[in-house]
Amino acid sequence: MSGAAALAARFRPGDAVRVRFAEPPGHLRTPWYVRGQPGVIERLCGAYPNPEELAFNRPGTPKQPLYRVRFKQQKLWPDYAGPSGDTVEVEIFQHWLEPGAQP
Amino acid sequence: MSANDPHAHRHDRGHAHPPGYRHPPRPDTDDRLGYYQAMEIAVRELLTEKKIIAPADVQRAIEAMEARSPAQGARIVAHAWADPAYKARLLADGSAAVAELGIEPGPYKLIVVENTPKLHNLVVCTLCSCYPRYVLGPPPDWYKSRNYRSRAVREPRTVLREFGTEIADGVEVRVHDSTADMRYLVLPERPAGTAKLSEAKLAELVGRDSMIGVSRARSPKG
Repeated sequence: MSGAAALAARFRPGDAVRVRFAEPPGHLRTPWYVRGQPGVIERLCGAYPNPEELAFNRPGTPKQPLYRVRFKQQKLWPDYAGPSGDTVEVEIFQHWLEPGAQP
Repeated sequence: MSANDPHAHRHDRGHAHPPGYRHPPRPDTDDRLGYYQAMEIAVRELLTEKKIIAPADVQRAIEAMEARSPAQGARIVAHAWADPAYKARLLADGSAAVAELGIEPGPYKLIVVENTPKLHNLVVCTLCSCYPRYVLGPPPDWYKSRNYRSRAVREPRTVLREFGTEIADGVEVRVHDSTADMRYLVLPERPAGTAKLSEAKLAELVGRDSMIGVSRARSPKG
């Protein structure tokens, strides 16, 4: 990672979060199916240029902390056919996350 | 088969032809360029004309891409099975551990996820088709299909069953949606009866699909 400034990480592994529900125009890397959904931080992956800015040939700085967030399948899909322990992990940039209620 | 093809029909619904009748061949779909194909050619020709790249550069880049194959991933997995200390380093920092074996980890960070008797990992990219090309080579076509991309995350157990992989209810299925700057490699479970195999023999049991997580490593024959 180069020396360009990165925003400080707001969340730590184990923190409950919620993905913001938003539909801004442009190039987004936040899948629709997790928007507005509660999850838990699995790990901090580092800080990377914001892809929503890169898509328009802008530098994407300051870099955004990127997390892996774990979601319960049965929360995401009310009719999920598998057991309650099944999960999905998705990379989410910090500006899409807000603190969530502990489950 | 295109919608305006008069022969876009099925033959199992009381549809018959006289003996000797031959269907007209389906039209080729490669007789005109798509938008992005035309754009790629235009950009490549401009870059060549302005001497920014040479045709040999393009050829070299394609050859380098195609030189990567699942054999590299299999070598990584076999080494992790054979050497617990290496496995620990691989799970802690995939990119660094892969570089130890002389494999270039590429521009993205590699995360290795381990299958255990209690956990089965499956990799997908729902937004496009992100894939750990540096360790597995180009992705299979099904990995890029909408069918796989939408269903792997929505009904992973059904998708796994279609690949012949049955996962017991007591085992967590964890799907990894590769959406940003990470790439994922599944470390499959080491099959039983392999304690005496060499690393090279172990690597032969590790297929591409087992490192995406849609199947398991093969059992040794006999």
